[in-house]
Amino acid sequence: MNAYEEAAADRDIQDAGKPKRIVLEVAGLSTAYRNRSVLREVTFAVPEGELVAIVGPNGAGKSTLIKSILGLTPTLGGEAKAFGETIDAARKRIGYVPQRESVDWDFPTHALDVVMMGRYGRLGWFRRPGRKERAVALECLRGVGMEAFAERQISELSGGQQQRVFLARALAQDADLYFMDEPFAGVDAATEKAIVELLRKLRADGKTVIVVHHDLATVPEYFDSVLLLNVTVQAFGPTAKAFTEENLHRTYGGRIGFAGAGAAAAASGRQDDPAPRQDAVHTFQGGGRL
Amino acid sequence: MTGLWASIEALASDPNLRWIALGCMLLGLSSGMIGCFAYLRRQSLMGDTIAHTALPGICVAFLLTGVKSLPVFMLGAVVAGIAGTLAIRLITSRSRIKADAAMGIVLSSFFGIGIVLLTMIQHSGDGSQSGLDKFLFGQAASMVGSDVRLMAGVCLLLAAVCTLLFKEFKLLSFDPAFAKGAGFPTGLLDFMMQALVVVAVVAGIQAVGVVLVAALLITPAVSARFWTERLGRMILLSGLFGAVSGLLGAWISSQVSQLPTGPVSVLAAAAIFLLSVAFGSRKGLVVVALTRRGMRRSLEPAASASKAKEAG
Repeated sequence: MNAYEEAAADRDIQDAGKPKRIVLEVAGLSTAYRNRSVLREVTFAVPEGELVAIVGPNGAGKSTLIKSILGLTPTLGGEAKAFGETIDAARKRIGYVPQRESVDWDFPTHALDVVMMGRYGRLGWFRRPGRKERAVALECLRGVGMEAFAERQISELSGGQQQRVFLARALAQDADLYFMDEPFAGVDAATEKAIVELLRKLRADGKTVIVVHHDLATVPEYFDSVLLLNVTVQAFGPTAKAFTEENLHRTYGGRIGFAGAGAAAAASGRQDDPAPRQDAVHTFQGGGRL
Repeated sequence: MTGLWASIEALASDPNLRWIALGCMLLGLSSGMIGCFAYLRRQSLMGDTIAHTALPGICVAFLLTGVKSLPVFMLGAVVAGIAGTLAIRLITSRSRIKADAAMGIVLSSFFGIGIVLLTMIQHSGDGSQSGLDKFLFGQAASMVGSDVRLMAGVCLLLAAVCTLLFKEFKLLSFDPAFAKGAGFPTGLLDFMMQALVVVAVVAGIQAVGVVLVAALLITPAVSARFWTERLGRMILLSGLFGAVSGLLGAWISSQVSQLPTGPVSVLAAAAIFLLSVAFGSRKGLVVVALTRRGMRRSLEPAASASKAKEAG
């Protein structure tokens, strides 16, 4: 048992019997692209202070789920609430890290300036960022180990550095609930380490972080809870319970060689079990199936 | 040389000409500023589309009122310009047609209607007095004082809105999803930016003409990008380039008879663009060539050393 696992175990013992506050509730969320269902009746609730991974195959709707919750794409039905309020009412407490490829990195600006954009929502209309915003932004850049690159034109940063600038911008939002769309995609080992440390620091500060994640092997190490998604919720709950071989097979349609930690051994190549296994699913999961 | 001096003197002493020069400068300034956002959002051709869609609006305004009045024409142009923008939005949101194709369709069909109406008006009795043909290429020198002051006022207002909403427009241009996530009304901001482009285009229509007015939106912005890595400076520079182009257009076209203002302004902007491509401090051709040469030089000692090793 390493130090991180020990800490996690300690936390579980401390928290035992004490119900944690729910910070995000998603109920019956559905979206479609043309005639194809992208998300169907997605329901789950996230307690405060957890690091949650959303995993699933390509086209499973992982990014769409985040965007629908945030109201960035139209939905067919369902609703999302943060801190018991509508998302619009809670915007100032929500931070967002879009996919790195979603912006043009040749935009005429530098790293510090991008991080300062995290303060715009709090500044309100017309007001320009000043010395105070600059100081906050520098502090956030330091938090991701990028303070030396503050004045660097963003097109001259590596992919991992650009990702860290995006994370620093989210930090500058000073939110309580974060959504991150594939922050680990295409980053080097140093950045991956920096992001993991940042996630743990956010959790230590009582923040909740929901991360679209691709690397199944690191899910048990990095995340407290996992949401297995393939159009519908296949499983949701604490990683130890929900991140099972069976659930993964169901999510990925048996096309996966699973060599991750947790309960499962190497994949047997067996076809997926059509019967939903509710015993593997955490109690606060809403039924993901129709 | 004396001819040049005389024309500068004429510009300085003739109050009407001074107003025209000032108006065209302000037009270039505001177009250059707004154009930066349009360019960075990859909507460079939006201005061109709006300008062409404005022509039928001007013609309909004349046919309905029968008077030749710039405010009336501008109103017609704004209505048609917004109709064109909405048509593009409708096409891209309701079908699989992409924005470039939608702009091409809307631009050509609206402009076609405009040319048909323009020809009809000119062949009718009072058509020759309407002066509507001036709207194709612009004729700043033919503008009366009140028209020039209207244009100057509108352009000042545009520059002011652009400055006031700098932070919001910057965020929307760089990362609209993040802007929306942070609670900014991105739909409203997007509409405001489009409206600014429409107003800038319409303001410049009589001076520069529907065919070329959009060049004042694109060319200064692209030129400015060759000189800086900061959006604020880019907007200032672009405004400056636009102002110089507008001034040159107004001045030269007022001195050489029958030369329309639009093409002269556009040629001035194009000259600034060529200078920027060649000598711009950021990715200008000369700078790029010098940097490459420097890099090659710095590699040479290592290369010759390894060569000597091989030979030995």
